[in-house]
Amino acid sequence: MSGTTLEKFSYDNKIVKFFGAATMIWGLAGMLIGLLAATQLFLPEANLGNPYTTFGRIRPLHTNAVIFAFVGNAIFAGVYYSMPRLLKAPMWNKTLSWIHFWGWQAIILSAVITLPLGLTSSKEYAELEWPIDIAIAVIWVAFGANMIGTLIKRREKHMYVAIWFYLASFVTVAVLHIFNSLALPVSFMKSYSAYAGVQDALVQWWYGHNAVAFFLTTPFLGLMYYYLPKAANRPVFSYKLSIVHFWSLIFLYIWAGPHHLLYTALPEWAQVLGVAFSIMLLAPSWGGMVNGLLTLRGAWDKVRVDPVLKFMVVAVTAYGMATFEGPLLSIKSVNAIAHYTDWIVAHVHIGGLGWNGFLTFSMLYWLWPRMWRTKLFSVKLANTHFWLGTLGILFYALPMYVAALTQSLMWKEFADTGRLAYPNFLETVIQIVPMYMLRAFGGLLYLAGAILMVYNLVKTAAAGSFLEEEEDEAPALAKHVEEKNEFWHRAWERKPVFFTILATVAILIGGIVEIIPTILVKSNVPTISSVQPYTPLELQGRDLYIANGCVGCHSQMIRPFRFETERYGEYSKAGEYVYDRPFLWGSKRTGPDLHRVGGKYPDSWHYHHMVDPRSMSPGSLMPPYPWMTTNIMDHSNIGAKIRTMQKLGVPYEEGYDERALEDLQSQAKKIAGNLKESGIEVLPDTEIVALISYLQRLGTDIKKGGSGNE
Amino acid sequence: MEVIFVLIGISLVMAGGFLWLFFKAMKGGQFDDQHTPAIRILFDQKTKSKANKKPPKKKK
Repeated sequence: MSGTTLEKFSYDNKIVKFFGAATMIWGLAGMLIGLLAATQLFLPEANLGNPYTTFGRIRPLHTNAVIFAFVGNAIFAGVYYSMPRLLKAPMWNKTLSWIHFWGWQAIILSAVITLPLGLTSSKEYAELEWPIDIAIAVIWVAFGANMIGTLIKRREKHMYVAIWFYLASFVTVAVLHIFNSLALPVSFMKSYSAYAGVQDALVQWWYGHNAVAFFLTTPFLGLMYYYLPKAANRPVFSYKLSIVHFWSLIFLYIWAGPHHLLYTALPEWAQVLGVAFSIMLLAPSWGGMVNGLLTLRGAWDKVRVDPVLKFMVVAVTAYGMATFEGPLLSIKSVNAIAHYTDWIVAHVHIGGLGWNGFLTFSMLYWLWPRMWRTKLFSVKLANTHFWLGTLGILFYALPMYVAALTQSLMWKEFADTGRLAYPNFLETVIQIVPMYMLRAFGGLLYLAGAILMVYNLVKTAAAGSFLEEEEDEAPALAKHVEEKNEFWHRAWERKPVFFTILATVAILIGGIVEIIPTILVKSNVPTISSVQPYTPLELQGRDLYIANGCVGCHSQMIRPFRFETERYGEYSKAGEYVYDRPFLWGSKRTGPDLHRVGGKYPDSWHYHHMVDPRSMSPGSLMPPYPWMTTNIMDHSNIGAKIRTMQKLGVPYEEGYDERALEDLQSQAKKIAGNLKESGIEVLPDTEIVALISYLQRLGTDIKKGGSGNE
Repeated sequence: MEVIFVLIGISLVMAGGFLWLFFKAMKGGQFDDQHTPAIRILFDQKTKSKANKKPPKKKK
């Protein structure tokens, strides 16, 4: 230190406080919405009798709120506290910090408004429509720029492993988000995916899996590597292992996405690739878990008394369990049982409630007393929170495992006659309703614990005094001599490798933008000749299906198993989805698969079933949609929709957008006429008519053309 | 299925970028010391700054 002068600077705690408070507020909101959704699954009345609060719209609201609002704000709070301290430099730009904060909250607010209104792209964890997607990209880049700026201004040459995790999360999420969100807008809040059918599915799950990886995992590993050693006051068990953990994890994660599409119409080799990488992921994941737990060696006495460490131990253990379960679930034979069941729901909640939730709680319990320079208001309350949360996780996950195995085995069961033992899907649902009740109870316990935390931390803050700017000092980082006033590009040019990469990336972006549309349009040439584009009315019905989140409970992908083809009909083929923008394969069967529902029931059955599902299927958990019989659907934008589809390469005849409305009305009249024959009076331009037209079309094309040639 | 080549391309570019970063970091000496960084983060600043000190009396 001799000869170096210390520079004075300060860390901004206020932004951490705001992000932390947002974490708590949105956390409670997200969990409450989750509890509502869980209740709806055994008490359909909890759908509250209006379109805005039905399960199909509430579920994406819950997932978005807990992932992007609760966990998202927790990441930002954690990063804005730890990064400046690790790098001995305040965050690069305070204005940018606040743009990031308010921008992110505005995005969440827009989700809270648009999702209940049914404005959704329907792609899981990427439901928000295109203008919000653009806002997310901008705000995310602001966050990244702030981090990279801080990195450049740092006074500590060495970048601690947590920083690596933060940076990788930023870069990867940016790329994934942009590519998955590519869509062609129809209007301000409606767009059609740039990809169709099986391609859309692949891009979505390439994104979906990596959203889990780079939003819920890597940033939290960064947080773990900072807050766990800090809370235990022990260095991480092995710093070397943490570096190996980081690099191996990020190299493997990007390839695992196809394990979400096993036994679907995705090509086999892509599925195998996904499985192989998923299984390999076990190694780095457990390396990280072991590294976290062993950090506590010799400190287990502290775990007994410190609630912060208790939460951390369960969080890291849950990380280990979830990352053991993940590779297990991606083995094809396990996946055949688990896919479409509550097993997946249990799996994500072990990760979400255990890993993300508990690490967030521990971080907040650690941060609050420090920033307010006081002691935690009540350790006893925090301990109560810990046990409520832990029991909540158990009451959530265990019934879900039971439900999943019960239902899956019932789906597969054949009677001695060679027929399905439970041909009625509903039987397999009614069987697991008690498990759904227990799950909601688990959620209630977890939420109650979180409420205790908020009370505890508010009291803590009230008792202390907030340190807005924490001062620190450190010597400046020795710089290599640079000429003043030199053109910024010169500096880049002196770093040939860096420059080459930048240039390559720039070229690639251009190339990709050019290539993608060509490739995708070409691939829209139907591979099954009898598969035709949707009629205008069916397209409207499909958009209604999307808006109401039907995909949350109904898959449209029949796997090539005998127990599936027996129940639903011919297995699904890639060529059947070439006009599906977005794809609607779904990932969970709370209700039966709908890919071959077309023509299975008369129009009147669908009418009665939508008005009151229990009238057709006693005991059904589906929310009733009585308003669909009177809500008039606005068909005025059908021309614009057809034009958008044409631009995306769907072969409607030229000028069809002009005639679409006419076709739509004549098809609607036909369906209304059908219903009239069954004694049902309904206006042809109601929502129900459009929906029935879509449902009756589903999966019927290949039947028309005899044997399809793929 | 052509989109898979796009995805593989993007994934390779990302992986390549990370690989490049790894080598750059390694050559830059980021991983030379695998012991002290873990310990260093445990030491909080010991500034004598008065601003960081808690005000003597608790506000009511």
